[in-house]
Amino acid sequence: MRAEAIEAMTPYLDHMYANPSGSHRFAREARKALDEARDLVAETLGCKPGEVVFTSGGTEGDNHAILGAVRRLGGIAVCPAAEHHAVLHCVEHVNGVVVRVNNVGTVDLEDLQRVLEAATEEQPITVVSVMAVNNEVGSITPMRDVARIVRKYAPNAILHTDAVQAACWVDLREITPLVDALSLSAHKFGGPKGVGVMVIKTGKNLEPLIFGGGQERDRRSGTHNVSGIIATAKALEVTDATRAEESVRVTKLRDRLVDEIRAQVDGVLETVPREHRVPGVAHICFSGLENEALLFLLDQADVYASAASACASGAMEPSHVLEAMGVERSWSNGALRLSLGHTTTDAEIDLAVSAIVSAVNQLRR
Amino acid sequence: MLVAMSGGVDSSVAAAELKAAGHEVVGVTMRLWGGESDTGCCSVSDVDDARRVAQQLDIDHLVFNFSDDFDKHVVAPYVQAHVDGITPNPCIECNRHLKFDRLSERARLLGFDAVATGHHARIEHDDEGILRLTRGADDAKDQSYVVHMLDQAELAYTMFPVGHLTKAQVRERAVELGLRTATKPDSQDVCFISKTGGRETFLGNRIPFRKAEVVNEDGSPAGKVEALELVTIGQRKGLGIPGGGPKQYVVDVDTPNARVVIGEEASLYRESLIVDKVIWSDLRDIERLLKTSDVLVQSSAHGNAIPATVEIWNEFSVRVVWNEPQRRIAPGQTVVLYDMTNTHVLGGGIASAKK
Repeated sequence: MRAEAIEAMTPYLDHMYANPSGSHRFAREARKALDEARDLVAETLGCKPGEVVFTSGGTEGDNHAILGAVRRLGGIAVCPAAEHHAVLHCVEHVNGVVVRVNNVGTVDLEDLQRVLEAATEEQPITVVSVMAVNNEVGSITPMRDVARIVRKYAPNAILHTDAVQAACWVDLREITPLVDALSLSAHKFGGPKGVGVMVIKTGKNLEPLIFGGGQERDRRSGTHNVSGIIATAKALEVTDATRAEESVRVTKLRDRLVDEIRAQVDGVLETVPREHRVPGVAHICFSGLENEALLFLLDQADVYASAASACASGAMEPSHVLEAMGVERSWSNGALRLSLGHTTTDAEIDLAVSAIVSAVNQLRR
Repeated sequence: MLVAMSGGVDSSVAAAELKAAGHEVVGVTMRLWGGESDTGCCSVSDVDDARRVAQQLDIDHLVFNFSDDFDKHVVAPYVQAHVDGITPNPCIECNRHLKFDRLSERARLLGFDAVATGHHARIEHDDEGILRLTRGADDAKDQSYVVHMLDQAELAYTMFPVGHLTKAQVRERAVELGLRTATKPDSQDVCFISKTGGRETFLGNRIPFRKAEVVNEDGSPAGKVEALELVTIGQRKGLGIPGGGPKQYVVDVDTPNARVVIGEEASLYRESLIVDKVIWSDLRDIERLLKTSDVLVQSSAHGNAIPATVEIWNEFSVRVVWNEPQRRIAPGQTVVLYDMTNTHVLGGGIASAKK
């Protein structure tokens, strides 16, 4: 977590512990902090404070957008095949339509248009969810083009974006105006785990997922996680203020990381061209090795990386993103995802390069 | 050391024993089966148990996803064996292809000195320096039969840290250490077959069953079965034949003609048995057996070892000639040869369908 966020939240775990829904003075203090956090978040997102809903994370936001739209409006949900499981599994759960992605991992716009055009009056498309940035390979969706197609061919549909991976690298003020709903997860930008932000635009009605005390204007019940929300707002504020310079700095680190690995070992595929990708993701595939083995060796060398998502047992699953992109198994078996962020240093890049090169050489021996 | 931890008590204690002996230990649980399951090594709660034991022992715990290999080497052949009228042993194929091939291959790649498991078997050096796969200390729990496929190279890379303990001692050790798996029951069944559906549902979802005629040995009709694929040699029940009279057993399954032959118990007895795909613990045993051919033969996981002599046809095939006629061994079953002290595994293979 960002130090500023930890500092901001600490009083709300201690002497400012009150529930903001109460009516006494301490409750009013908590309420004030909550309202200010909401204003801050709205400012960085480019929406109205009343459109901000605090949630338990990105998964809840994704579920709320898709299930909430289908439960309220009926019809069909649509998403691309490389979405995070929080979206994909929701769409599959309501028997929605999954659209193809192209070889950089973003939605195939022609296929999206085809699916939207094929909808009927009896079975209209009521929600389209398209991620702003892919969580695995880091590719950036042209949200403007997506919005244009959705508005033209499914004008009544809710357009939702899972912007969880975008927050660090993309000015969200450029995305929020294009969509009806948007989901963020605080821990992706230096906030706490278990807190998220959702935008639901005025007039866009979604069925709540969670009923109860009517918090968040009846859109999301449950006592506010005040300290978490304060930390989230602070983390987002710092992220927003430093995004431009961090993007330049981290891009250089990321490119050096990949360039130096490629200079020292053969059989490396850079999964997505750099111009399509956010700075914080280096995704590469090594031929002729298995990423479970690679991750173990990297772990031993103090490089903590991932490959794809893990199932409940903790086992790595073959990546549905790479499969949707058409990456062959001979490459995707050796996929490695390295994340960079505001704490990443030059020295860490040196360590990672040397650890990865030596691990790959060991496994290919 | 890489310890294969299934989430059961034996492998938990195996990890603890190695750690106590001063080894650097990493635990691994293989994720093998992604489908429905309620028992065995693949369920999430078993992985949880393995991880929690590893945490308690303060060793790293990994999960390796070998589900593709498991499908290819265990599940698909299991299904095909039923189509072919063969009685498979998937747990042994899992040992052969997953634990002592895929896992040990990866362990070597990652620089581990050995793979350990919780099997009740021992590995000893004999006077000539040959590694001998030896029965576990607990007669009732011995598992040398299911790990018979280890040759010298694999034996040198394998450890069985609980093989010298009885099951009761293993449980005592687990209780002493406060391991959460101390009182967990032993796994019994095939891990990818759920209790609710059973083998019939599992196979029925994957292959069409063939109806078959049940006939007497003289060819006269005796009944019908709905699924030829579910019939095993030696079976008595579920053959659609009326009760009374002498007990009737399946004495042959004629897969090409979809016929099940039944007869009296005497018809099940055979003088000899052909064993294919033999793997020898040590190839030098072939020469020894050419001189002295007496062996003890075990053909089920907890069956007795029966005296026989062995004719060696070639490196991979032998004929076992029983000292006394024995009930027929269903094709596909694993047959393991032990020395005359009934202590060491000499080799083992698969009962042939050839007569």
